[in-house]
Amino acid sequence: MGDMNTPTQITDAKKRYSAGVLKYAQMGYWDGDYEPKATDILALFRITPQDGVDPIEAAAAVAGESSTATWTVVWTDRLTACDMYRAKCYRVDPVPNNPGQYFAYVAYDLSLFEEGSITNVAASIIGNVFSFKPLKAARLEDMKFPVAYVKTFAGPPTGIIVERERLDKFGRPLLGATTKPKLGLSGRNYGRVVYEGLKGGLDFMKDDENINSQPFMHWRDRFLFVMDAVNKASAATGEVKGSYLNVTAGTMEEMYRRADFAKDLGSVIVMVDLVVGYTAIQSLSHWCRQNDMILHLHRAGHGTYTRQKNHGVSFRVIAKWMRMAGVDHIHAGTAVGKLEGDPMTVQGYYNVCRDTHTEVDLQRGIYFDQDWGALKKVMPVASGGIHAGQMHQLIDLFGDDVVLQFGGGTIGHPQGIQAGATANRVALEAMVLARNEGRNIAEEGPQILRDAAKWCSPLAAALDTWGDITFNYASTDTSDFAPTPSVA
Amino acid sequence: MRITQGTFSYLPDLTDTQIAAQIDYCLDQGWAVGIEYTDDPHPRNTFWEMYGNPMFDIRDSAAILLEVNACRATFPQYYIRVTAFDSTHGTESVVLSFIVNRPDAEPGFRLIRTEEPGRTVRYSIESYAVQARPEGARY
Repeated sequence: MGDMNTPTQITDAKKRYSAGVLKYAQMGYWDGDYEPKATDILALFRITPQDGVDPIEAAAAVAGESSTATWTVVWTDRLTACDMYRAKCYRVDPVPNNPGQYFAYVAYDLSLFEEGSITNVAASIIGNVFSFKPLKAARLEDMKFPVAYVKTFAGPPTGIIVERERLDKFGRPLLGATTKPKLGLSGRNYGRVVYEGLKGGLDFMKDDENINSQPFMHWRDRFLFVMDAVNKASAATGEVKGSYLNVTAGTMEEMYRRADFAKDLGSVIVMVDLVVGYTAIQSLSHWCRQNDMILHLHRAGHGTYTRQKNHGVSFRVIAKWMRMAGVDHIHAGTAVGKLEGDPMTVQGYYNVCRDTHTEVDLQRGIYFDQDWGALKKVMPVASGGIHAGQMHQLIDLFGDDVVLQFGGGTIGHPQGIQAGATANRVALEAMVLARNEGRNIAEEGPQILRDAAKWCSPLAAALDTWGDITFNYASTDTSDFAPTPSVA
Repeated sequence: MRITQGTFSYLPDLTDTQIAAQIDYCLDQGWAVGIEYTDDPHPRNTFWEMYGNPMFDIRDSAAILLEVNACRATFPQYYIRVTAFDSTHGTESVVLSFIVNRPDAEPGFRLIRTEEPGRTVRYSIESYAVQARPEGARY
């Protein structure tokens, strides 16, 4: 878009660089004719300009404030190849059905970024501009990284394929559960929950995001008791088992200390929270690569900036960043559970984690093609308010490469934790078997579960307890390009 | 105990019809199916013996099921699994693996704890059957 009133770049250098204030579009941050180069990094912002602010000037300001501009002309630009360094907004579209909101496409030259640093990407793209006064709100919707930049990242230390090979688990989603209650259990009591869940049939148990090293359970006690539970369950089943040991701590040194202890005890996996920051995540990722460790990321805190559509950062961007930063698991939503998530939007996050090449898919919120350059795949994790009665929906939505985590849906089982775990595992295997046999699980799923429940009393009890539980609320973060049915 | 490795170990043992349906699914996906057997089912024993190479060129589930049954006839007291391989770029690994035969009695595993300084414990897992007798005479 753009009209006669949109200012254009001033090309006369003397006028352009005389002291004073210019419109960002005049300074060269808007170029409707610009064709992004194959090596450019692209970003799509959803902006809500203040009343009376021209959308293109607002979009140019976003490009300016996320690259070289400041509020006034500076002559020192002329010491640099400033035309190249200037980010260019090259397209502005009104957001369908959202008056006052615009999609602004911005291209950044590769030279603006440090190799292998998500922190640098974030500092550039979302560093300043989200507080910019001429905008009421701004949201980073999506990004595209040229393969040349992707290849500067090591990516996931393990990846889906190698994780499955290490765990010897193929052809089905993995099953997990978060130990509950998340706070207050002693190490001994905590390990009891881990053992029961794993012996009953889960592949993983998990620390919760806020289990670090509190007065009721020091981290070393947790690690020691949990690893006894993991190994005992492994001997009881003949399977490789794991429990995500959360190494999140106040300093990097302490996190390394905890990760080293997890390795010494033979854990296959450690876990960290998103709130530790991108640099810490990349450091831990490199540690995991050196120590044959799977890295689980809990997206703690993301809802503060990903949920509202008009302001913040879309989770699909965080998912892309974290694949490059190098995590093996990432919580990416359930669609059917207790936490925010429109089904197609959530599928978009999953695709970003698992594709070798992501195609534009507006209904799933994917605005750019993305060549992942053989970067390993991240295993998405569905966790939060899901239960065995939803197994057909979960497998239909997400396929096999996902960890399904039933915390309450395991530990709250009326016959006990082992029975809860068995119910989930039987429901899972019965559904995968039926799908592979060619049955339409989206429609026949409830019957498939009822048939399995005839010979599996724990599954029967689970369906009796939770079969009707749904979380049928409207989603906040939905696609602008598709109707968004509820699947509950 | 019942060793629960493999994709479908929590279900009742699959019938030949069910096995053939899973093989059909694998073939429809373009995967190659192989048969592997062992009498050492340690969770980290990755390399079970191959009952021939993966059958890249056999695209008929009935023919593959014949091979499964031939393997069962030869090794009735072994663990036998059907494993599917996907050669697609970005995967190039096993994508389905399920047990189709197991010994009549499964004595399971012993967890060995070696106590170390502090409260640290080193763990290893040992199969009772493997410990008791040599390869080929375990089950």
